[in-house]
Amino acid sequence: MQNEWRNFQGGAWENEINVRDFIQKNYTPYDGDDSFLEGPTQDTTDLWKEVLELSKQEREAGGVLDMDTSIISTITSHGPGYLDKEKEKIVGFQTDKPFKRALQPYGGIRTAVKACEDNGYQVDPEVVEYFTTHRKTHNAGVFDAYTPEMRACRSSHIITGLPDAYGRGRIIGDYRRPALYGVDRLIADKQEQLDTTRTIMYSDVIREREELSEQIRALKMLKELAKIYGCDISKPATNVKEATQAVYFAYLAAVKEQNGAAMSLGRTSTFLDIYAERDLREGTFTESEIQEIIDQFVMKLRCVKFARTPEYNAIFAGDPTWVTESIAGIGVDGRHMVTKMSYRYLNTLNNIGAAPEPNMTVLWSVQLPENFKKFCAKTSIQHSAIQYENDDIMRVVHGDDYGIACCVSSMRIGKEMQFFGARANLAKCLLYAINGGVDEISGKQVGPKYRPITSEYLDYDEVWDVYRDMMKWLAGVYVNALNIIHYMHDKYCYEKLEMALHDKKVRRWFATGIAGFSVVADSLSAIKYAKVKPVRDENGIAVDFEIEGDFPKYGNDDDRVDEIAKEVLHTFIGYIKGNHTYRGGIPTTSILTITSNVSYGKNTGATPDGRKKGVAFAPGANPMHGRDTHGAVASLASVAKMPFMDSQDGISNTFTIVPDALGKDAESAENNLTAMLDGYVEKGGHHLNVNVLNKETLLDAQRHPEQYPQLTIRVSGYAVNFIKLTKEQQDEVIARTFHEIM
Amino acid sequence: MGRIHSVETFGTVDGPGVRFVVFFQGCPMRCQYCHNPDTWQADAGEEVSVDELLSRFERNRSFYKTGGITATGGEPMMQMEFLTELFTKAKERGIHTCLDTSGIFFPGTAGASGMPAGASDQERLAQIDALLAVTDLVMLDIKHMETKAHQSLTGHGNENVLAFARYLDEKGKAVWIRHVVVPGITFDETELAVLGQFLRMLSNVEKLEVLPYHALGKVKYENLGMDYALKDTPQLTKEQAKEAERIIRAAWGKAEAAQ
Repeated sequence: MQNEWRNFQGGAWENEINVRDFIQKNYTPYDGDDSFLEGPTQDTTDLWKEVLELSKQEREAGGVLDMDTSIISTITSHGPGYLDKEKEKIVGFQTDKPFKRALQPYGGIRTAVKACEDNGYQVDPEVVEYFTTHRKTHNAGVFDAYTPEMRACRSSHIITGLPDAYGRGRIIGDYRRPALYGVDRLIADKQEQLDTTRTIMYSDVIREREELSEQIRALKMLKELAKIYGCDISKPATNVKEATQAVYFAYLAAVKEQNGAAMSLGRTSTFLDIYAERDLREGTFTESEIQEIIDQFVMKLRCVKFARTPEYNAIFAGDPTWVTESIAGIGVDGRHMVTKMSYRYLNTLNNIGAAPEPNMTVLWSVQLPENFKKFCAKTSIQHSAIQYENDDIMRVVHGDDYGIACCVSSMRIGKEMQFFGARANLAKCLLYAINGGVDEISGKQVGPKYRPITSEYLDYDEVWDVYRDMMKWLAGVYVNALNIIHYMHDKYCYEKLEMALHDKKVRRWFATGIAGFSVVADSLSAIKYAKVKPVRDENGIAVDFEIEGDFPKYGNDDDRVDEIAKEVLHTFIGYIKGNHTYRGGIPTTSILTITSNVSYGKNTGATPDGRKKGVAFAPGANPMHGRDTHGAVASLASVAKMPFMDSQDGISNTFTIVPDALGKDAESAENNLTAMLDGYVEKGGHHLNVNVLNKETLLDAQRHPEQYPQLTIRVSGYAVNFIKLTKEQQDEVIARTFHEIM
Repeated sequence: MGRIHSVETFGTVDGPGVRFVVFFQGCPMRCQYCHNPDTWQADAGEEVSVDELLSRFERNRSFYKTGGITATGGEPMMQMEFLTELFTKAKERGIHTCLDTSGIFFPGTAGASGMPAGASDQERLAQIDALLAVTDLVMLDIKHMETKAHQSLTGHGNENVLAFARYLDEKGKAVWIRHVVVPGITFDETELAVLGQFLRMLSNVEKLEVLPYHALGKVKYENLGMDYALKDTPQLTKEQAKEAERIIRAAWGKAEAAQ
């Protein structure tokens, strides 16, 4: 065995690119507690102080500290950048200095220009001219192909957040491959793939050959990038420091090349632990040195920045990058995959404080070791920075080497990717059904001119009937808009580096999404169990609703309404599946809004559940604010009923509980949170954000942001720095249900 | 059928682990600091059957592996038959049962003032035995150690309560003692020490919970149009609560609980 692989257990991974096999043959499950963990070194603390200072300057400068206006970002576009070269154990920034945002126009030149202008910067006119006249962007391609109906749906906000003017993201390169194999081996592998394509040049073969050539070019640039920082990653890493650095270079190359909405990291901790264990055995590094490497790696991940527009921020608030890292889980052989590195990653929250990134995601299973469960609970209670996703249901679909992209999207690392598709507003769709396709805000005929409902009171069967027709129409426009988007993204903004870190043949998930889920469930419940009378304007459009009587509300473990919610989901994904999808994408959907629940609500008229015009939706699959009145378990139980197979791209639930409501002392609070997570996972719940905080803290942070520079809360599949949210978004977070003691 | 005020599906402060907490409707006590005055009226609330409550528990049983069911209120023992049925059926299904009570229904002294008429002492004792047979843990809330003060605080003397505590000890039933500490009423060195001395006589006390008085119930009184007797009483601080616990434990002869 070659020297870099000394003392590793061999296997299939030696002869083929197979990181999973390497992990399974070599990792050491850890059942102990957190007592082995080390604190931060002085260098780490010094560096983090500098990052905090830069964050402060950035905030004071209005959100952006510096931007590139003429250098087009590529993997090798910039010279090296440092915080403090002497102290940095892990190196590399997206541009030549920290906090300077790169210029990435391939997604759309107008978006790039706007992102600069809104922050007081001017893109070099030559660059603008070049990307307007000579080099087409993804955005330009999409708008060449959009139909008038698609444009109408987009501007009426029945479909919003489409990645048609920015990078689609949600693709995870297997950033571990360069560390394990060295880039030269990966290039050779890709070359072989290129040499063995089919030889009759149908368009798919031509495309495959072009893409593989692009991938090889990207891998060569990746080697260059490392060289710029004085490193050589052409060969495999020899220790944990080199391995971490190689993983980071690969990730850095991806974010230099792509300004994707979500640029997730994958599942790196147990992989890196194998190197750490060997180094500990060989005496190469001490525990403190290993923690330092990880702290500084995480610090770099926290410094990833993109240039973005206010429109983007309105739906993805707080400057997120979704550097999602998936931790723990259970292997298919039944061994848990918790290692010391799982602890070290979470320990960065203690060592350099809470932060939204990387998006720490624990793949929870009832079978995880108790010590680790308690450590997670303890860390959640302290930092509110972890999200949990159900490994027991995802492992069935993806095996044991998948990761989460963005918030809740599961995919096998290096073997599956997704076409991100934002979301359709099903609450607005219900209003379209009632109003015969006329938009309740603009009064325009956006949807098809189906028969509107004209009766004095809404009849459930009649509404359900027309709603299904309208959903079917919406699914068609939506999927076809996405077909255009992903065709153009592949054509003009192809993720060559990320795809170079995938197998030749990948499975593509075609990921649609739903917004307004709880509003729809409650609206239909109101129509069915109470009496709902539309208030119509002079054009006969229902602009408000009067409700007589009470009705069961989603979030109280009441089957009468929860069954309606399930039916809506099942029906919609059924219609989605009825459409042709680009490149054989497998249709899925998610109930996830990111922070767009605020803007979706803003653009949706009053709904039959009593929600007034413009009021924010609940996030993701959450029950509507304050309507889940039977305690946390009932609330969680309702959400957990939504079948994962109908919403395989994720069912997001954001849970907030005040610290006192978890238990009387620290130990019972940790045990109770653990019991809650076990219960939720066992019930089939998919995702849970856990916030442990008081409303008063948020109100105080709203008043005195300067005192809460690191206050982190989970909003919807990601965490944000609370003070980076707009006032409107902060108010929505404060209005959410805080589970308290009765 | 029984009458309940509500349920809390994620109860973390009423017994061990995560619990399904049933708030019973109706209470003979009129504790001045009660934060659930809306549970006092016996004829209010929602009517439910034991089977319905248990099915609500069962469907989410995965959450309650470390806990079980707690009956609180209100005074659960005011609906003895319903309560006993609930706990009996719960035990049949292997569910941990916890009773949070004031103990006021225990037939300690004949004719305790203001007690509703009904079963004879003998009958009541038999009922209590039947209940205790299916109760894993009793959380006994001792309001005040001095009976006159107990009378003015709750409307009843404390003889029944203390007699119940001794009875539970005789039976060897696991007990958690709860004591609400209120400035000007029970935040009193003598009262707290007397409680500690009383606990010294018991061998079944697994845990002491000192509950600092809070004024969260105040708004409920306003909503119900009722007068709130403690409107000028400040809340007990965390430090004061620690001090109160220290005094009780010193007299009890049990060291601080590990926190």
